[in-house]
Amino acid sequence: MTTQTIDRWRNGSSPWGHTWQKNMMWWFIVTDGILFAGFLCGYAYARQGSEAWPATDVFFSVILLTVMTFVLITSSATMACAVAASRAGDRLATRKFMRYTLAGGLGFLLMQAYEWWSVIGAGLRPGVNPNGDTLFGAYFFLVTGFHGTHVLLGLIVILVAYLRRRNEAAPLNPDGIELVGLYWHFVDLVWVVIFGCFYLI
Amino acid sequence: MDEPRSFWRKYVFSVDHKMIGIQYIVLAILMALVAGGLALMIRAQLAWPNTGMFKPEAYLSYVTMHGTLMVFFVISPAISGLANFLLPLQVGTRDMAYPVLNMLSFWTIVPGALLMIASFFMPGGAASAGWTAYPPLSAVESVNPGSGWGQTLWLLGMALFIVSFTMGGLNFLTTILNMRAKGLSMMRLPLTVWGFLVSTVLGLLAFPPLTAAAIMLLFDRHGNTSFFLTDMVVNDQLMALGNGTPLLFQHMFWFLGHPEVYVIVLPCVCMMFDIIPAFTRRPVFGYRPSVYSLLVVGFLSMIVWGHHMFVTGMNPWVGKYFSVATVIITAPFSVLGVNLLASLWRAKLRPGVPMLWCLAVVSAIGFGGLGGLFLGTMTSDIYFHETYFVVGHFHLMIGTVTLLSIFAAIYYWYPKMFGRMLNEKLGRWHFWLTALPMMSIFILMHMQGLGGMVRRTFDTSVYAYNETNAALTIPITILATALFVGQFLFLFNAIRSVRHGEEAGRNPWQATTLEWETESPAPHGNFGETLPTVHRWAYDYSVEDGDRDYVSQAAEGRA
Repeated sequence: MTTQTIDRWRNGSSPWGHTWQKNMMWWFIVTDGILFAGFLCGYAYARQGSEAWPATDVFFSVILLTVMTFVLITSSATMACAVAASRAGDRLATRKFMRYTLAGGLGFLLMQAYEWWSVIGAGLRPGVNPNGDTLFGAYFFLVTGFHGTHVLLGLIVILVAYLRRRNEAAPLNPDGIELVGLYWHFVDLVWVVIFGCFYLI
Repeated sequence: MDEPRSFWRKYVFSVDHKMIGIQYIVLAILMALVAGGLALMIRAQLAWPNTGMFKPEAYLSYVTMHGTLMVFFVISPAISGLANFLLPLQVGTRDMAYPVLNMLSFWTIVPGALLMIASFFMPGGAASAGWTAYPPLSAVESVNPGSGWGQTLWLLGMALFIVSFTMGGLNFLTTILNMRAKGLSMMRLPLTVWGFLVSTVLGLLAFPPLTAAAIMLLFDRHGNTSFFLTDMVVNDQLMALGNGTPLLFQHMFWFLGHPEVYVIVLPCVCMMFDIIPAFTRRPVFGYRPSVYSLLVVGFLSMIVWGHHMFVTGMNPWVGKYFSVATVIITAPFSVLGVNLLASLWRAKLRPGVPMLWCLAVVSAIGFGGLGGLFLGTMTSDIYFHETYFVVGHFHLMIGTVTLLSIFAAIYYWYPKMFGRMLNEKLGRWHFWLTALPMMSIFILMHMQGLGGMVRRTFDTSVYAYNETNAALTIPITILATALFVGQFLFLFNAIRSVRHGEEAGRNPWQATTLEWETESPAPHGNFGETLPTVHRWAYDYSVEDGDRDYVSQAAEGRA
């Protein structure tokens, strides 16, 4: 289907001044957010009821986590820059900021892989925990793994959007970049909540 | 968009919302035959418990799969099908917002349904932990035979269903919000569209926690975790399973499970508001109060899930809250029911098969709602919870109300789907063979429940006090058989009328909404060159307009 036919099929008013694409993305984000809320409620339930929950410094390095979080939030900022650049019609800057975002997301994933490697080295498994409640390991791998999958999917989507804007003839389509950006900000925001729940308190 | 010509693009991998809608309904009918057959086997076992026809574990898997298939693969796809078919027509647009996603949604639920069917052929048989899949029944393989691969396939099938629902729901929502025809403000929408809107929002908000629970349950089964498992005794052996809690699953399940009831009941009730006026020839009573009640019911339905868990040993204060909130829901829901009744008040009814179904729906809402009061109140629920009172109640609400109104909708909109009317005489026979047995079966089950007959039990005759209840069991089984056989009248009628029905014309019911503005069956792109413009609300009946007593939403002139 070409863009031209989509335009012919579009009609009616747009609530909140948004296109249907943007509305759809927002509602998707809401449902996906509730999915994470489900996991985190389970986590809270388990942690409240546990007598042997390990303290945050038993398995985690707060320094590493702070760097990871910083990198991911920075990638959100570069994504916002990419959206602004595409609105201004600047293809070179758009692609540059998308590259930065890809680098940030990839760096986050690599650091997360390192973190998993180190906690697995310390003996933590989904069903085994040498230092306290076994549910700790189960929720840790579940929630960070699920979030990591979201980051990976986000990277793939950004990569596809990036490649589709490779040559000058292809349309820049700032609306499309904004949708990708919305998803990416959402993934980062979820990480901030996970960071607070698992590593800070 | 160009009209597809090839067979595959037109009938199989179609992106046309009307074809996808019909595909959904056909899927629902096929699955209904499977799920109905399971129901008959359950009834046969209950009526003649000592013949050794079925093994106890097979009986449990029939109960489980009957419930799962009926809720998620019969009623839900039937409603999705009607929503697919009706929404773009009723909001006056050419297709869904994102037609390709719509096609993907259908082709995701199909493998889900196939996985569910496949689970019967796994070693140990299909899932048998109930449609609620409570752990540890659904998590520990040694607990029951169906907890092997049957349960895993069940979980994967549910996951595909949820993905399909999310894709379809996002499409419904954006279509209603963004694709409305010029002049069609929210307060001019037919109530059918409002019903689909509220139900979709509820589904999108309520399904994710079940997805989370299903993923965690899969890890408990195959990933060595213990989210929902705790140390317990199985077959006289102590198993150290972990330190999670099965109660968490119940919360996550019912956070979906209760709104799910409204996801499937609300659009059904709302479709009645559009069918009834075509036969009473008067506007529906209380359009705005109905819309507001719908929104309140939707909101309240998200915060009352605990009334399914009164017997889990929850804190009585929490139970009290859930009781009160549940009883409060009665008020806005009664507004909907009473508005339906008031729409009938002193009307000169036109005869017509869809109208018969509507009348049955209204009375089923009354009976079902009354039973709900006893189950929503903690003190009486603790007595009724494990009995057939519950079985009768939820079958009246999410079985009878929904199926009867789906039939009303099919009889009403079939002319728009195929351009021909369903045979009226066969329709009447089908109606009486469906509505009478259904209402009787479930009202009789309430009576068995009052007598203390326990549900989920392979052979109730082992309890001596059940002798008095047993007198009703065989009549219920006979009624159920009549109900099942009656559906073949409908199948015959539906297949035959595609070619041999009476020509319908554009607007056989003289109704006002936009779908009747176009040809029957509606062409590809729905509305010809120009899209309709809307000038008034959906219920301008009882007005004088030349020789007609109604004004279409799209007609110009008097506002």
